[in-house]
Amino acid sequence: MYVSESRGSTPAATASPTARPTARGLFPGRSAVSATVLALGTVSLITDVSSEMVTAVLPLYLVTGLGLSPLGFGLLDGVYNGFSALVRLVGGHLADRGGRHKAVAVVGYGLSALCKPLLLAAHTLPLIGAVLAADRTGKGLRTAPRDAMISLSAAPEVRGRAFGVHRAMDTTGALLGPLAAFLILRQAADGYDAVFTVSFCVAAFGVVVLLLFVPSRAPGLGLPAGRSAPAAGGAGEPQAERPTLRAALALLNRRELRGLTLCAVALGLATVSDSFVYLLLQRRLGVPDRWFALLPLGTAAAFLLLAVPLGRWADRVGRWRVFVGGHLALLLAYGLLLGGSRAGALPYAVLGLHGAFYAATDGVLMAAAAGSVPAGLRSSGLALVQTGQAAARFVCSIAFGAAWTAWGDRSALGGAAVALTVSMAMALALRPRGQETR
Amino acid sequence: MTVTEDGQGVGGPDGTPGTDGSAAGSAAGAGDGGATAAGEAPMGVRGRLLVLVACVAVLACVAGAAVWHASARADRRNQVQAGGPVVHAGPVSLAPAAAPAAGAAAPAAGTLVFRSMAWGPHRDELTGVPAGAPNGPRTASGVKCLRFYAAGGTGICLQAVRGAVDDSYRAVVLDARLRTVRTVALAGIPTRARVSPSGRMVAWTVFVGGDSYAVGAFSTRTSILDTRTGVLQSTLEDYDVTRDGHRVRAADVNFWGVTFADDTHFYATLATGGHTYLIHGDTTTRTAVTLRTNVECPSLSPDGTRIAFKKRVPGLSSDAPWRLYVLDLATLRDHPTAETRDVDDQAVWSDGHTLAYALPGDYGSDLYTVPADGSGAPRLLTASALSPAWIR
Repeated sequence: MYVSESRGSTPAATASPTARPTARGLFPGRSAVSATVLALGTVSLITDVSSEMVTAVLPLYLVTGLGLSPLGFGLLDGVYNGFSALVRLVGGHLADRGGRHKAVAVVGYGLSALCKPLLLAAHTLPLIGAVLAADRTGKGLRTAPRDAMISLSAAPEVRGRAFGVHRAMDTTGALLGPLAAFLILRQAADGYDAVFTVSFCVAAFGVVVLLLFVPSRAPGLGLPAGRSAPAAGGAGEPQAERPTLRAALALLNRRELRGLTLCAVALGLATVSDSFVYLLLQRRLGVPDRWFALLPLGTAAAFLLLAVPLGRWADRVGRWRVFVGGHLALLLAYGLLLGGSRAGALPYAVLGLHGAFYAATDGVLMAAAAGSVPAGLRSSGLALVQTGQAAARFVCSIAFGAAWTAWGDRSALGGAAVALTVSMAMALALRPRGQETR
Repeated sequence: MTVTEDGQGVGGPDGTPGTDGSAAGSAAGAGDGGATAAGEAPMGVRGRLLVLVACVAVLACVAGAAVWHASARADRRNQVQAGGPVVHAGPVSLAPAAAPAAGAAAPAAGTLVFRSMAWGPHRDELTGVPAGAPNGPRTASGVKCLRFYAAGGTGICLQAVRGAVDDSYRAVVLDARLRTVRTVALAGIPTRARVSPSGRMVAWTVFVGGDSYAVGAFSTRTSILDTRTGVLQSTLEDYDVTRDGHRVRAADVNFWGVTFADDTHFYATLATGGHTYLIHGDTTTRTAVTLRTNVECPSLSPDGTRIAFKKRVPGLSSDAPWRLYVLDLATLRDHPTAETRDVDDQAVWSDGHTLAYALPGDYGSDLYTVPADGSGAPRLLTASALSPAWIR
């Protein structure tokens, strides 16, 4: 077990006996997934129903409801991507100060909820873009604190499973959202205002569940840092982490976290964005037009089914191994797309591999990173890794688009496959110390 | 050593801010207390469940009321509006005057066929009016379309199909008596439709929604169908497009708004790298060249010399960026029309010197006309209508 891990959890275990409710799950003895993780999973499920309801009807609303032509132009541009990275880091840091994970998460979820009624008032593309940006800001704020809370309320040896359960619940919400929106529109033709209002009510319900059922002190933090730190000092190094901005930045001086972030960035630089994968599926494997809108559901379904099994597997055989292995699934998907054979089952295989990639990497990376960040800086540390990965993926989409323009889709994908292979080799060689155990 | 600024203990004042007032004002306070140190809740499980049930009840009422309100409004649209146009069921023909279809003779002055958006039982159906009396009684065909166009005895109707768990869209090719000749499943929401003057070639554009809330980007897909051979070119992205002598091969290319010169040649809009281009394409060689920038939704005049289009005029607000312009193909110079409002439509030439286009109206959209040469003033053609086609 790695040093930082013991430092993070020892105070909880020794100094404060009340602060170890992680084994008190809904099914004591059977499941080690804590009530807090289940509560956070429920909040994510509900929130995803809400946001995917809006996502599902937004194009239809813009085109038929408002009569706008968003032809070929994105609503959120690159500038916004940079801004959202900053928000994520700020959210992570604020959450660590005084252990206010829940408070920051509530602000994030609340902001997104409040954006739903604003959609009713915004009738032009720039305004709608602004509302969406605010909504995404809420998401950026809450992600790192939420993942920190998951990691802090799960015992280290079952963290992969805890993240798997959370991601599976999250994805379930994403699958239910479009269905809910469809049912409303079936009941009330052109009832986009009803969809947005219901979406707001669902999001508000999620905030209520968060407020009522998620403890504001993450158990892994034990008593307030100021008082428990001396006990922690005895177990680990004498200087316990004070959650200042400098301490958050100094996280990068930790070899283990730096290595992990570097690998996540390198792999992110070779991760082609979802929209390109679906475009390639259609262009190279000849997926018919009428299935195009359903392709993301295929990825989500595979993600949903595999998140828990792969999370558990990561707990057993090592999270780093599964994380890198997940990219092998992505590489195989690239290979199938490059092959360009139009056999009937291939699109399913690509979507299955794509979902498996997410199941093996999304929550698993957070579980792996949590082990390299002390509890007091958990949220900042996770935000750092997430931001690095997101920024790398953004750079990859730009580079991939440029490569496509210059050399065509096949060469661009070939380049991505080579980059992914190199990144995987690097990730295996640089495997962060401590990560090979478990 | 590590004294944080909050001396937070049990019942400490920070933790959750009660800022999310509109979400659950009462719950905010309750949650605050109910979730202090490691789940030791002053408020018991029972109390929290009560708060939860109360919040769910309130939110469910709001949600239910919203759906009920929208549903009642949808029902009202099926009631005939006072002062609206008279609409009655009857046959509508797409046959040119020279060869009228049996049983539905088109008057000599021609017929104007469009999607009627007037409230009532025939809402969204293709309706016909005499071209000389656009505000006269409408004859409703029973065929519902989102977008429509017709020429040379062929109609293209882009319509929604209700499914069990999803709505989908399809393109329906109609003959002169509005019978279905062919249907093609669509990848997204219909926006543009055109038919070549002879009635042989059909084109349409759909929006394909962004796959992620995060991206928020939309793309378009434009297809061309040869109704004689049955060959479907499912996307213009397969064309070889040349710009300044170089082949355009970007991932971000989007095409929309085809307008046919004949059965082989067409004009359309290409967007890539944040710019739009007018392209001239050839359906047999599957090639196209760019002619100039900033031309969207072109519409070729009957004599083939001018193109009406929507131009993104510099300096206008980004929520109403387009004005209706006309381009002279010989000189590639353009001039504005007298319409000063934002036009987001692919205009139709009602004759050699008049443009028709849709603007947002009380019941969806209204049709207007304006002279193509820049003179005169816009005039309301008929209210509650979209996607016109002159049959003559």
